Amino acid sequence: MTTETAARPFNAASFYEFLKEGKFMGVRCRENGNVYAEARPIDPVSHSSDMEWHELSGRATLSTFTCISVAPASLEAKGFGRNNPYCTGIVTLEEGPRISARIAGVDASNPQNIRTGIALRLDLSEIDPDEPGLVFRPA
Amino acid sequence: MATTRPRRLARQVSIVGAGLSQFGAYPDKSSRDLFVEAFQDMQENIDTGISATDIEAGYLGNYSADLFEHQGHTAPIMADWLGMTPTPITRVENACASSGSALREGVMAIASGMYDVVLVGGVEKMTSLPTEGVTDVLASAADGLYEVPAGLTFPGIFGAIAKAHMDRYETNLDHLLKVGVKNHENGKLNPKAQFQVTIRDMMERRKARAEQRGETVPEWADELDFLNDARANPWIAWPLRLYDCAPITDGASCVLLVASEIAEQFTDKPIRIAGIGQATGRPLHDADELTSLSAAKVASAQAYEMAGVGPEQIGLAEVHDCFTIAEIVASEDLGFFAPGEGPHAVDEGRTARTGDRPINTSGGLKAKGHPVGASGVAQVIEVYKQLRGEAGERQLDNPNLEFGLTHNVGGTGGTCVVNVLQRG
Repeated sequence: MTTETAARPFNAASFYEFLKEGKFMGVRCRENGNVYAEARPIDPVSHSSDMEWHELSGRATLSTFTCISVAPASLEAKGFGRNNPYCTGIVTLEEGPRISARIAGVDASNPQNIRTGIALRLDLSEIDPDEPGLVFRPA
Repeated sequence: MATTRPRRLARQVSIVGAGLSQFGAYPDKSSRDLFVEAFQDMQENIDTGISATDIEAGYLGNYSADLFEHQGHTAPIMADWLGMTPTPITRVENACASSGSALREGVMAIASGMYDVVLVGGVEKMTSLPTEGVTDVLASAADGLYEVPAGLTFPGIFGAIAKAHMDRYETNLDHLLKVGVKNHENGKLNPKAQFQVTIRDMMERRKARAEQRGETVPEWADELDFLNDARANPWIAWPLRLYDCAPITDGASCVLLVASEIAEQFTDKPIRIAGIGQATGRPLHDADELTSLSAAKVASAQAYEMAGVGPEQIGLAEVHDCFTIAEIVASEDLGFFAPGEGPHAVDEGRTARTGDRPINTSGGLKAKGHPVGASGVAQVIEVYKQLRGEAGERQLDNPNLEFGLTHNVGGTGGTCVVNVLQRG
């Protein structure tokens, strides 16, 4: 890890800056090795503040999901809504932690055909630099 | 590790009065109008009467008048409009559990010995914004940095919980819809409810309207057929449809809490707060389980322990059915049914007013309405009325009714407040 990476504060601004640079950076507790997708400055389990940045592979499985037809303003602006629902949910990362993410590349109009447990990968190309959020798609 | 010693109130606390505004959509009523209405309803219902000058302190649950009405610092305005100044009043914000937490503050203020008479209430004026605006305001109770950027909305998070429950157990879409059918049947009997109609009533009305207009009359066989029709009941966040979601509501609630030793000065039928519990949970992606709210389990264990009862002694419960799946999950988290058994209990009618485990006799948030900051205390009011035998047409036919429970959730389980109430 570069000195520049190590020096960034553990907060969401850094998390999304990394993402915009094409890096999916979580944090790892140096005391007990717990990994978190969120940029937490304190490990809520070990209570240690001895954290370091930890690059995540972007490989995950789909744990649960929903397909949303009433979109918030930010996604309505991207064309989602009543006639174009989108899929979002909880993914379990290869490294263990879970995180919320939008799921692209699935047919959100037919949610009964979407299977939990499927393999996913992080899709950096879907990330909006103005409103960055995690997006995964079937691997 | 936080201490787990048994929690005890230093002094017993009772409810001696309760008031609700009408729940619904009222373009001409602001928060203060709604709260005054609830207070006046309480004044009429307190056996010996109550004046604002008798109250020593107030706690007000309000989620977001700031965003809904562009009105911050709501508590002093409510106090002024009741004529309560200079009595101290404090706003408590815990999303949809705001007034649940406000009640807890009021209980502890009396138990501490500081006050004998405390007003606790909640208010929310929501219909001032269009539906999309309300969705955005409610979404702000989720994690704005890690849930909202993933496109999760409030119905979305509960939709994801529902999908996990369906994957893990035998839960299906009809189980969810049946929760709504039951709660509307109860709401029809509640004169304060936003929707005093059954789902069947709504179905028949739509048929009648189509007939009047000379349109093809839909051939729905029954309520479930109607609810499974996407034209009548559109998807919001699959697997949740419109009728799986609590409505957007204007409303207010309040109760008068007093030290139990003086309760008889106000009524000969006080209801004691036998156990209180409150716990904190994490966003769904960090939760222990995707099919349960851990805060509800912890808060209910606290409340049962303090009251000295278990779930089997609870005669009725008002639970936080912001979405139909939330009622099923609550019925399991509270120990009424084993995990995965909640949907079957709905199927078998066990949670109906006539069942062995009546849940949401008021109509729940689904039919009574969900003015978010007012809901926690409104739940307490239903249990108070049932335990006093004053629930009118929806009164439970159970002469041995002694304990009732309320379960109030903030966000997606970030906060959960559970109370056990006891007759006498």
